Amino acid sequence: MGEPKRKKIRASEQLRELLTQHYEELDEAANDGDKVAWCSSVGPMEVLVAFGFKVYYPENHSALIGARKIADDYIPVANAVGYSPEICSYLTSDIGAFLRDETPLKDAYGVTSIPKPDVLAVNTNQCRDLIEWFSFFGQRFDAPLVSIHPPKYLDDVEEHHVDDVAKQYEDMIAQLEKMTGERLDEGKLKEAVALSLEATELWKAFLDTAAHVPSPLTFFDGTIHMAPIVVMRGLQVAVDYYKLLKAEMDERLENGVAAVDDERFRIYWEGMPVWGRLRKLSDQFVDLKTCIVASTYCNSWIFDDMTPDDPIRSMALAYTKVFVNRSESAKEKYILDEIKRFKADGIIFHDARTCPANSNASYGMPARMMEDHGIPTLTLDGDLNDLRCWSDEQATTNIEAFIEQLEER
Amino acid sequence: MFAGIDVGASATKCIIIDENKNELSSAVKRTGMSLRKVAGEVYKEALSGAGLEPEGIKVVATGFGRKNVESADSVRTEISCHSKGCYHHFPRALTIVDIGGQDNKVIRTNVEGKIIDFKMNRKCAAGTGAFLEEIARRLAVPMEEMNGIAESSTQETEIGAYCTVFTATEILSKIREGEKQEDIVRGVFGSVIKRIMEMDPLLGDVVLTGGVAAHNEILFDLLEEALGRGVLRPPKPQFTGAFGAALYAMM
Repeated sequence: MGEPKRKKIRASEQLRELLTQHYEELDEAANDGDKVAWCSSVGPMEVLVAFGFKVYYPENHSALIGARKIADDYIPVANAVGYSPEICSYLTSDIGAFLRDETPLKDAYGVTSIPKPDVLAVNTNQCRDLIEWFSFFGQRFDAPLVSIHPPKYLDDVEEHHVDDVAKQYEDMIAQLEKMTGERLDEGKLKEAVALSLEATELWKAFLDTAAHVPSPLTFFDGTIHMAPIVVMRGLQVAVDYYKLLKAEMDERLENGVAAVDDERFRIYWEGMPVWGRLRKLSDQFVDLKTCIVASTYCNSWIFDDMTPDDPIRSMALAYTKVFVNRSESAKEKYILDEIKRFKADGIIFHDARTCPANSNASYGMPARMMEDHGIPTLTLDGDLNDLRCWSDEQATTNIEAFIEQLEER
Repeated sequence: MFAGIDVGASATKCIIIDENKNELSSAVKRTGMSLRKVAGEVYKEALSGAGLEPEGIKVVATGFGRKNVESADSVRTEISCHSKGCYHHFPRALTIVDIGGQDNKVIRTNVEGKIIDFKMNRKCAAGTGAFLEEIARRLAVPMEEMNGIAESSTQETEIGAYCTVFTATEILSKIREGEKQEDIVRGVFGSVIKRIMEMDPLLGDVVLTGGVAAHNEILFDLLEEALGRGVLRPPKPQFTGAFGAALYAMM
């Protein structure tokens, strides 16, 4: 297929090595009988790291299935055993792959299987599907499930919300202490939170370079280089990686290098990536001299409210405050601020059929953005993994027409 | 001279205009399997109709097969071309409804003819030309006769289902209940209008365009009925996209 048309980021080589090492370590841990935890991606991972677990993220596994365009082999397998085609296609991809006893980790990183969990930890700040997903594997592997259920759809996160969630963290820690027979090492928790904070600040700094015109990076770079902030928070390697990546973007800024040559338009992407169409979409936008400069999705791994001085309360705050857990009006305000900050000409809403939690085109937001704020919007019907819900023909024409609309403004 | 070629999902249209935007000739053929070939054929036919040679003619292609037109100097999506074509006939702010073979579009343009917003039907053929063809097949009625049959109806049969397949099932039960053929056919057209009404509030001056409306005039009546006001009709609705493309060729 050749190289993508956008500028290649050099750090991609290191990223590959880093991910290979990450999955090899998980594989070894599982084979040697070391402790392995499964965790939701916007979840309580710092606690797990502090307990000495190697942490595995099923969402990353599903995104890999999507990106490798094999989700449509697995989703029907899960559908056939009773998981509806209308629910999270990360869930159905992952369960389908498991039922077929296959994993793309083998091809990608030489790892033969997903690591067996000793415990599974979920935060329902994103959606309820995570609970059903992790419960399936908890039963299959006979491993306990611990969970955090924050109050949902919040305008603002208030003290009493944080009290509630912090208490849940304390309960979870007590459960983990009982399971492992070990006391939580508070020093280790502080260290994990400090490393998460440092990585997240660097990740934000990397994304923020896209506020520059022309942008040195695109959303499509973000979807690839986000892997460490998803699966290696709380670890030094993530911090080191984002220092390297940020430096490369600074170098681009100094040399006036744009990710998309002759950038004419700047777009904000709202919603999930279409994992099986990253390359195709990235190339189309390069052809249209358009850069997707920012996205809610990549921003969702910025947890800058964390502080090592107060690890539990600050985790409770940071993970409850995430965009996906907020009210429609809070989301709208957030997007408007980001549009301004990144000087975007318009918004593309990806209305993902199986992910209502991360789709924000269903309650009139695109119309309000247009009518109340004069921001051009386009809504693409699609899905994160289930390409049966995606039409290349319609998407291509819609995107092209949207850019023509911007040209004629 | 300027040509617009609109390679649509069902039909391929070509129109040639002079520098005063007057039509010199036009041609239309079923799109079929070879987009390149049919685009070449309609262009050739339109050229010969106007008594022209291809030299010096600027060509813009549009429609789903726009990138398969060898003679095209550039391409433009059907969304832009329909807007351009409609604005030429009705130079004011418009809400344009294009019922196509495979998809429906609602486009809103401002007083200058610039697009404010557009929507395409979700990935589903309900309410499109393909839907009408499928139902005609189920009813064993030639597509060309559907409009005439519907016009003879005095009582529209209510069709409630969303999906083409469910509609076919619903029609079977209406047949079983003894509903008249013409009422059912009118109901099928009514269902197309319902799908359109779900896409947008259709405010202001509404233009109905595209090949499906051109061949099924009842859609104009039904849309006017649903809106409770008149609907604008371009002179040759099937050619509006090709005409808009020819206007782009002038720019």
